[in-house]
Amino acid sequence: MAQPSVAIIGAGQAGLQVAVSLREQHYEGRIALIGDEPHVPYARPPLSKAYLLGEAGDLALRPQTYFAQHRIDLIAGKRAVAIDRTRRMVGLDDESVIEYDHLVLATGARNRSLPIPGVELGNVFLLRTLDEAALLRERMAAAKNVVVIGAGFIGLEFAATATKLGANVTVLDVADRPMARALSKTMSAVFTREHEKTGVRLMFNTQAMRLLGEQCVTAVETVDGKILPADLVLIGIGVIPNVEVAATCNLTVENGIVVDEFLQTSDPHISSIGDVAAFSNRHLGGGRVRLESVQNASDQARCVAARIMGQPDAYDAVPWFWSTQGSLKLQMAGLPSSGCEEVVRGDPNASKCSVFLFRDGKLACVETHNRPADHMLARRLLAERAALTPDQAADPTFDLKSLLPRPAARVAAA
Amino acid sequence: MPKLTVVTRTGDEIEIEQTRPGASVMELMRDHDVPDLLALCGGSRSCATCHVWVDTAFLSKLPEAVEEESELLDSSMHRQPNSRLSCQIKWKDELDGLRVTLAPED
Repeated sequence: MAQPSVAIIGAGQAGLQVAVSLREQHYEGRIALIGDEPHVPYARPPLSKAYLLGEAGDLALRPQTYFAQHRIDLIAGKRAVAIDRTRRMVGLDDESVIEYDHLVLATGARNRSLPIPGVELGNVFLLRTLDEAALLRERMAAAKNVVVIGAGFIGLEFAATATKLGANVTVLDVADRPMARALSKTMSAVFTREHEKTGVRLMFNTQAMRLLGEQCVTAVETVDGKILPADLVLIGIGVIPNVEVAATCNLTVENGIVVDEFLQTSDPHISSIGDVAAFSNRHLGGGRVRLESVQNASDQARCVAARIMGQPDAYDAVPWFWSTQGSLKLQMAGLPSSGCEEVVRGDPNASKCSVFLFRDGKLACVETHNRPADHMLARRLLAERAALTPDQAADPTFDLKSLLPRPAARVAAA
Repeated sequence: MPKLTVVTRTGDEIEIEQTRPGASVMELMRDHDVPDLLALCGGSRSCATCHVWVDTAFLSKLPEAVEEESELLDSSMHRQPNSRLSCQIKWKDELDGLRVTLAPED
């Protein structure tokens, strides 16, 4: 090959950031950024919030002109269907072929569908892409009764938005509390209370059995026989990683594309990042996980770009997340796991509080509600492995900053 | 057109002449490809990855930071009296000549 080249499959937050970081670091070769959506890379987080309210600005992560200016070949609206690892080529669904020296798989995830009768009816939505959000926004205008299936982040963000738009909103979940897989019981209870205050009706330990209606959905029937009137239904029950193209070329796949601590797959010429990559590091309690977050997408992208530029470094970022649900701002640093000791800082009955989670006496995760400063400090405490004790965390007069070194320069972990 | 100047982490100056009222300084920087600007949360006051130091002469022309912004800045190791989140500075023509410096990454 005459010129070095990087191909990136997936033009979301992760894929774009690889291209941006490579050019920032003066990578001279060709860059192909392949995405199956017909748009320039855009920010997804506003789709469940400001975008639906008509309050979002431009969602594009870079202006259209950026790509030509930086010699990034943005191939939008095409899908990668095959990888020839021997010849280092990616085949697209229009039968064109892209060569690479290094390939980055940032294929993301897709929404899990709900296998019950009626999901094909009109006004039943999944929410991940801009096109889905555009149609949803149009249909929300006339929606009076909204049922949300799944009390996870997307479901609750949407529930808060729909409430703001004036709809009656009911949220169902099979678990016994909101965001059960991600949050402590204490913080779940805070969010239950706060959502109910705004008028959202939450129903737990139940499930939708079928969706009723002729053309468009008119009601949701639950397994315990309740009929909930609905002129719009949103299903948010998690995602499935897009591993297919990796599996076709025999990369190791196991709930995601398996990568090592450098985010490299079983092929040294192929890396994987973002929602689809299954990895482990010291912040994750030993197991291999996939993280679905903007932070993870962006930081992993920068890690891989640095390696391509000859500066390999293990991926060591503290994971962090946010979810804005109406006026509620949830932030998490670190990863929760079962069996953690919960320590509350602040008053859980007030409009702001934090929950510090300790695993074997060590800080593992911090959840904050409307306390962004605790969140920011938590990220640094975790990165520094600061020796915070549960008693200190519980004491609101204890200065968390006192446990941190005060470097003049940057902290490397971000 | 009213102009914004950005000092990057490497000390380079980028002049942004295509400003537009209503856009945030973060959006203007992002659209003009200021390196190392992450702005991860897209302007929702959830991170502090668009932290800048503002030319002090302009501080009085900016609305005061709300509590949430102030708390986020407080937690930065690099907070100065002239620190702001650039996503919270809406551009207006009287900001002509504004100069901001991208704060180091936390």
